[in-house]
Amino acid sequence: MKIGVVVFPGSNCDRDMYHVLTDVFHLDTQYFWHDKGLPKNIDAVILPGGFSYGDRLRAGVIAAHSPVINDVRRLAAKGIPILGVCNGFQILVEAGLLPGVLLKNTSLNFMCEWTNLVVENNQTPFTNQFELGQKIPIPIANGEGRYYVDEATLEKLKKHNQIVFRYTDSVNGSSYNIAGVCNEDFNIVGMMPHPERAVESEINPIDNKPSSLIFKSLLHTIGVEN
Amino acid sequence: MGTYDVHVTIENKPGISDPEGDTILNDLILKGTHSTITKIKAAKMLKFTIKEKDKKTAQKKIQEICDELRIYNPMVSKITIDVFDA
Repeated sequence: MKIGVVVFPGSNCDRDMYHVLTDVFHLDTQYFWHDKGLPKNIDAVILPGGFSYGDRLRAGVIAAHSPVINDVRRLAAKGIPILGVCNGFQILVEAGLLPGVLLKNTSLNFMCEWTNLVVENNQTPFTNQFELGQKIPIPIANGEGRYYVDEATLEKLKKHNQIVFRYTDSVNGSSYNIAGVCNEDFNIVGMMPHPERAVESEINPIDNKPSSLIFKSLLHTIGVEN
Repeated sequence: MGTYDVHVTIENKPGISDPEGDTILNDLILKGTHSTITKIKAAKMLKFTIKEKDKKTAQKKIQEICDELRIYNPMVSKITIDVFDA
Protein backbone atom coordinates (compact mmCIF):
# COMPACT_ATOMS: atom_id res chain seq x y z
CA MET A 1 0.00 0.00 0.00
CA LYS A 2 1.46 3.32 -0.99
CA ILE A 3 0.20 6.88 -0.69
CA GLY A 4 1.67 9.64 -2.83
CA VAL A 5 1.99 13.23 -1.65
CA VAL A 6 2.57 15.47 -4.67
CA VAL A 7 4.96 18.36 -4.17
CA PHE A 8 4.77 21.46 -6.36
CA PRO A 9 7.11 24.45 -6.23
CA GLY A 10 5.54 26.41 -3.37
CA SER A 11 3.73 23.55 -1.64
CA ASN A 12 4.13 24.07 2.11
CA CYS A 13 1.77 21.58 3.75
CA ASP A 14 3.40 18.55 2.14
CA ARG A 15 5.48 17.72 5.21
CA ASP A 16 2.54 18.08 7.60
CA MET A 17 0.58 15.72 5.39
CA TYR A 18 3.50 13.27 5.17
CA HIS A 19 3.93 13.41 8.96
CA VAL A 20 0.26 12.61 9.58
CA LEU A 21 0.19 9.79 7.03
CA THR A 22 3.38 8.16 8.30
CA ASP A 23 3.65 8.99 12.03
CA VAL A 24 -0.03 9.04 12.94
CA PHE A 25 -1.55 6.54 10.53
CA HIS A 26 1.56 4.44 9.73
CA LEU A 27 1.04 4.48 6.00
CA ASP A 28 3.75 3.86 3.45
CA THR A 29 3.96 7.36 2.02
CA GLN A 30 6.19 8.88 -0.61
CA TYR A 31 6.69 12.39 -1.97
CA PHE A 32 6.39 12.87 -5.73
CA TRP A 33 7.84 15.97 -7.36
CA HIS A 34 5.32 17.53 -9.73
CA ASP A 35 7.29 17.01 -12.93
CA LYS A 36 7.78 13.30 -12.29
CA GLY A 37 5.26 10.60 -13.02
CA LEU A 38 3.24 8.65 -10.47
CA PRO A 39 3.60 4.86 -10.29
CA LYS A 40 0.76 2.71 -11.59
CA ASN A 41 0.41 0.73 -8.35
CA ILE A 42 -0.21 3.71 -6.08
CA ASP A 43 -3.24 3.43 -3.75
CA ALA A 44 -4.11 7.08 -3.19
CA VAL A 45 -2.78 10.49 -4.15
CA ILE A 46 -2.89 13.62 -2.01
CA LEU A 47 -2.33 17.14 -3.31
CA PRO A 48 -1.35 19.17 -0.23
CA GLY A 49 -1.82 22.83 0.55
CA GLY A 50 0.54 25.69 -0.06
CA PHE A 51 1.17 28.40 -2.61
CA SER A 52 2.12 26.52 -5.77
CA TYR A 53 3.93 28.91 -8.10
CA GLY A 54 3.30 31.68 -5.58
CA ASP A 55 -0.41 31.74 -6.56
CA ARG A 56 0.72 33.56 -9.73
CA LEU A 57 -2.11 34.36 -12.15
CA ARG A 58 -4.65 32.52 -9.99
CA ALA A 59 -4.28 30.01 -7.15
CA GLY A 60 -3.67 26.55 -8.58
CA VAL A 61 -3.87 27.36 -12.28
CA ILE A 62 -0.18 26.96 -13.14
CA ALA A 63 0.21 23.75 -11.12
CA ALA A 64 -2.86 22.40 -12.93
CA HIS A 65 -0.66 22.28 -16.05
CA SER A 66 2.10 20.26 -14.32
CA PRO A 67 3.01 16.90 -15.87
CA VAL A 68 1.91 15.05 -12.70
CA ILE A 69 -1.68 16.15 -13.28
CA ASN A 70 -1.90 13.89 -16.35
CA ASP A 71 -1.08 10.96 -14.07
CA VAL A 72 -3.54 12.15 -11.44
CA ARG A 73 -6.18 12.28 -14.18
CA ARG A 74 -5.29 8.76 -15.35
CA LEU A 75 -5.32 7.30 -11.81
CA ALA A 76 -8.56 9.10 -10.97
CA ALA A 77 -10.21 7.56 -14.04
CA LYS A 78 -9.26 4.14 -12.64
CA GLY A 79 -11.03 4.99 -9.37
CA ILE A 80 -7.93 5.66 -7.25
CA PRO A 81 -8.80 7.99 -4.32
CA ILE A 82 -7.49 11.52 -4.84
CA LEU A 83 -7.62 14.21 -2.14
CA GLY A 84 -6.83 17.87 -2.67
CA VAL A 85 -6.49 20.05 0.41
CA CYS A 86 -6.57 23.85 0.17
CA ASN A 87 -4.18 24.67 -2.69
CA GLY A 88 -4.56 21.02 -3.72
CA PHE A 89 -8.31 21.64 -4.04
CA GLN A 90 -7.64 24.80 -6.06
CA ILE A 91 -5.38 22.79 -8.38
CA LEU A 92 -8.04 20.09 -8.86
CA VAL A 93 -10.71 22.62 -9.85
CA GLU A 94 -8.33 24.47 -12.17
CA ALA A 95 -7.43 21.13 -13.79
CA GLY A 96 -11.14 20.52 -14.37
CA LEU A 97 -11.09 17.40 -12.18
CA LEU A 98 -13.60 18.95 -9.79
CA PRO A 99 -16.42 21.40 -10.54
CA GLY A 100 -16.51 25.03 -9.47
CA VAL A 101 -13.87 27.61 -8.76
CA LEU A 102 -12.26 29.18 -5.68
CA LEU A 103 -12.40 32.96 -5.50
CA LYS A 104 -10.96 35.54 -3.16
CA ASN A 105 -12.69 35.46 0.23
CA THR A 106 -15.46 38.03 0.57
CA SER A 107 -13.53 39.57 3.48
CA LEU A 108 -10.49 39.96 1.15
CA ASN A 109 -8.47 38.62 4.09
CA PHE A 110 -6.22 35.62 4.33
CA MET A 111 -8.39 33.69 6.78
CA CYS A 112 -6.65 31.49 9.35
CA GLU A 113 -9.20 30.25 11.86
CA TRP A 114 -11.16 27.29 13.21
CA THR A 115 -14.36 26.40 11.40
CA ASN A 116 -17.01 23.73 11.78
CA LEU A 117 -17.95 21.41 8.95
CA VAL A 118 -20.91 19.16 8.44
CA VAL A 119 -20.49 15.92 6.48
CA GLU A 120 -22.96 15.88 3.59
CA ASN A 121 -21.71 12.79 1.72
CA ASN A 122 -20.32 9.83 3.67
CA GLN A 123 -19.74 7.61 0.66
CA THR A 124 -16.39 8.96 -0.53
CA PRO A 125 -13.03 7.28 0.19
CA PHE A 126 -12.33 10.09 2.66
CA THR A 127 -15.67 10.23 4.49
CA ASN A 128 -16.95 6.65 4.69
CA GLN A 129 -16.30 6.40 8.45
CA PHE A 130 -18.49 9.43 9.25
CA GLU A 131 -22.15 9.62 10.12
CA LEU A 132 -24.11 11.89 7.79
CA GLY A 133 -24.39 15.30 9.40
CA GLN A 134 -21.43 14.68 11.69
CA LYS A 135 -19.57 17.84 12.69
CA ILE A 136 -15.84 18.40 12.23
CA PRO A 137 -13.94 21.20 13.98
CA ILE A 138 -11.12 22.01 11.56
CA PRO A 139 -8.94 24.99 10.62
CA ILE A 140 -8.88 26.90 7.36
CA ALA A 141 -5.93 28.94 6.10
CA ASN A 142 -6.54 30.57 2.75
CA GLY A 143 -7.03 33.80 0.85
CA GLU A 144 -8.91 32.29 -2.10
CA GLY A 145 -11.28 29.87 -0.43
CA ARG A 146 -14.66 31.14 -1.54
CA TYR A 147 -16.12 28.22 -3.45
CA TYR A 148 -18.32 29.39 -6.29
CA VAL A 149 -20.63 27.56 -8.66
CA ASP A 150 -23.54 28.93 -10.66
CA GLU A 151 -27.09 27.95 -9.69
CA ALA A 152 -27.44 25.28 -12.38
CA THR A 153 -24.18 23.60 -11.34
CA LEU A 154 -25.14 23.82 -7.68
CA GLU A 155 -28.38 21.99 -8.39
CA LYS A 156 -26.41 19.36 -10.30
CA LEU A 157 -24.01 18.95 -7.36
CA LYS A 158 -26.92 18.48 -4.98
CA LYS A 159 -28.60 16.00 -7.31
CA HIS A 160 -25.46 13.89 -7.72
CA ASN A 161 -24.54 14.11 -4.03
CA GLN A 162 -21.24 15.84 -4.85
CA ILE A 163 -21.26 18.22 -1.89
CA VAL A 164 -19.02 16.54 0.69
CA PHE A 165 -18.55 19.19 3.39
CA ARG A 166 -20.38 22.41 4.25
CA TYR A 167 -19.46 25.05 6.82
CA THR A 168 -22.01 25.41 9.60
CA ASP A 169 -21.70 29.19 9.23
CA SER A 170 -21.10 31.54 6.33
CA VAL A 171 -17.31 31.67 6.67
CA ASN A 172 -16.09 33.26 3.47
CA GLY A 173 -19.03 33.75 1.13
CA SER A 174 -18.89 30.28 -0.47
CA SER A 175 -21.91 29.18 -2.53
CA TYR A 176 -24.24 27.17 -0.25
CA ASN A 177 -21.46 27.32 2.42
CA ILE A 178 -19.60 24.61 0.51
CA ALA A 179 -16.21 23.62 1.96
CA GLY A 180 -15.56 20.47 -0.06
CA VAL A 181 -16.88 18.66 -3.12
CA CYS A 182 -16.25 15.46 -5.06
CA ASN A 183 -16.56 14.27 -8.65
CA GLU A 184 -19.53 12.24 -9.86
CA ASP A 185 -17.70 8.98 -9.07
CA PHE A 186 -16.92 10.20 -5.50
CA ASN A 187 -13.22 9.20 -5.71
CA ILE A 188 -11.82 12.73 -6.16
CA VAL A 189 -12.41 14.95 -3.14
CA GLY A 190 -11.31 18.55 -2.66
CA MET A 191 -11.61 20.55 0.55
CA MET A 192 -10.38 23.94 1.70
CA PRO A 193 -9.93 23.11 5.43
CA HIS A 194 -6.78 21.31 6.60
CA PRO A 195 -7.40 17.85 8.10
CA GLU A 196 -3.64 17.32 8.51
CA ARG A 197 -3.64 20.17 11.04
CA ALA A 198 -6.46 18.73 13.10
CA VAL A 199 -5.86 15.03 13.75
CA GLU A 200 -3.50 15.31 16.73
CA SER A 201 -4.78 16.35 20.15
CA GLU A 202 -1.59 18.37 20.75
CA ILE A 203 -2.56 20.85 18.04
CA ASN A 204 -6.33 20.47 18.09
CA PRO A 205 -7.78 22.03 21.25
CA ILE A 206 -11.36 21.14 20.31
CA ASP A 207 -11.68 17.52 19.16
CA ASN A 208 -9.21 15.68 16.96
CA LYS A 209 -11.32 12.57 16.43
CA PRO A 210 -13.61 13.82 13.62
CA SER A 211 -10.71 14.96 11.39
CA SER A 212 -8.97 11.63 12.04
CA LEU A 213 -11.93 9.93 10.40
CA ILE A 214 -10.93 11.49 7.06
CA PHE A 215 -7.72 9.45 7.16
CA LYS A 216 -9.39 6.44 8.78
CA SER A 217 -11.86 6.46 5.89
CA LEU A 218 -8.94 6.28 3.50
CA LEU A 219 -7.43 3.40 5.51
CA HIS A 220 -10.76 1.60 5.33
CA THR A 221 -10.98 2.23 1.57
CA ILE A 222 -7.58 0.83 0.78
CA GLY A 223 -7.93 -2.03 3.23
CA VAL A 224 -5.38 -1.14 5.89
CA GLU A 225 -6.00 -1.96 9.55
CA ASN A 226 -4.23 0.05 12.22
CA MET B 1 5.61 40.63 -39.61
CA GLY B 2 4.78 43.29 -37.05
CA THR B 3 5.30 43.60 -33.33
CA TYR B 4 2.17 44.25 -31.31
CA ASP B 5 1.42 44.97 -27.68
CA VAL B 6 -1.64 43.06 -26.64
CA HIS B 7 -3.43 43.97 -23.43
CA VAL B 8 -5.59 41.28 -21.91
CA THR B 9 -7.95 42.51 -19.20
CA ILE B 10 -9.35 39.80 -16.96
CA GLU B 11 -12.39 40.73 -14.90
CA ASN B 12 -15.28 39.01 -13.17
CA LYS B 13 -18.36 38.43 -15.30
CA PRO B 14 -21.45 40.47 -14.46
CA GLY B 15 -23.19 38.87 -11.50
CA ILE B 16 -19.99 37.53 -9.93
CA SER B 17 -19.27 39.58 -6.85
CA ASP B 18 -16.14 41.70 -6.86
CA PRO B 19 -15.34 42.44 -3.20
CA GLU B 20 -12.10 44.23 -4.12
CA GLY B 21 -13.82 46.72 -6.43
CA ASP B 22 -16.64 47.19 -3.91
CA THR B 23 -14.19 47.87 -1.09
CA ILE B 24 -12.24 50.43 -3.13
CA LEU B 25 -15.51 52.14 -4.02
CA ASN B 26 -17.21 52.09 -0.63
CA ASP B 27 -14.28 52.44 1.74
CA LEU B 28 -12.01 54.74 -0.24
CA ILE B 29 -13.62 56.66 -3.08
CA LEU B 30 -17.04 57.32 -1.57
CA LYS B 31 -15.54 58.21 1.81
CA GLY B 32 -13.87 61.15 0.10
CA THR B 33 -15.74 63.76 -1.86
CA HIS B 34 -16.00 61.80 -5.10
CA SER B 35 -19.71 61.11 -4.98
CA THR B 36 -20.09 60.94 -8.77
CA ILE B 37 -18.43 57.52 -8.95
CA THR B 38 -21.04 54.77 -9.10
CA LYS B 39 -19.05 51.60 -9.74
CA ILE B 40 -15.52 50.21 -9.67
CA LYS B 41 -14.48 46.82 -10.98
CA ALA B 42 -11.11 45.38 -10.03
CA ALA B 43 -9.39 43.61 -12.92
CA LYS B 44 -6.05 42.09 -13.77
CA MET B 45 -4.19 43.04 -16.94
CA LEU B 46 -1.55 40.99 -18.72
CA LYS B 47 0.50 42.80 -21.35
CA PHE B 48 1.78 40.53 -24.09
CA THR B 49 4.24 41.50 -26.80
CA ILE B 50 3.84 39.33 -29.88
CA LYS B 51 5.26 39.12 -33.40
CA GLU B 52 2.56 38.30 -35.93
CA LYS B 53 1.71 39.18 -39.51
CA ASP B 54 -1.10 41.55 -38.58
CA LYS B 55 -3.24 42.85 -35.72
CA LYS B 56 -6.09 40.46 -36.38
CA THR B 57 -3.81 37.41 -36.25
CA ALA B 58 -2.21 38.74 -33.06
CA GLN B 59 -5.61 39.09 -31.41
CA LYS B 60 -6.69 35.59 -32.51
CA LYS B 61 -3.46 34.03 -31.27
CA ILE B 62 -3.73 35.65 -27.84
CA GLN B 63 -7.37 34.60 -27.53
CA GLU B 64 -6.34 31.01 -28.32
CA ILE B 65 -3.57 31.11 -25.70
CA CYS B 66 -5.93 32.50 -23.07
CA ASP B 67 -8.51 29.79 -23.78
CA GLU B 68 -6.05 26.91 -24.05
CA LEU B 69 -4.04 27.68 -20.91
CA ARG B 70 -7.01 28.94 -18.86
CA ILE B 71 -5.40 32.34 -18.43
CA TYR B 72 -8.90 33.27 -17.26
CA ASN B 73 -11.48 30.98 -15.70
CA PRO B 74 -14.46 31.14 -18.06
CA MET B 75 -16.87 30.15 -15.29
CA VAL B 76 -16.41 33.44 -13.46
CA SER B 77 -14.24 35.70 -15.62
CA LYS B 78 -14.22 37.29 -19.02
CA ILE B 79 -11.41 38.89 -20.98
CA THR B 80 -11.11 41.91 -23.21
CA ILE B 81 -8.26 41.95 -25.72
CA ASP B 82 -6.85 45.21 -27.06
CA VAL B 83 -4.09 45.23 -29.69
CA PHE B 84 -1.69 48.15 -30.22
CA ASP B 85 1.28 48.74 -32.51
CA ALA B 86 4.41 48.23 -30.40
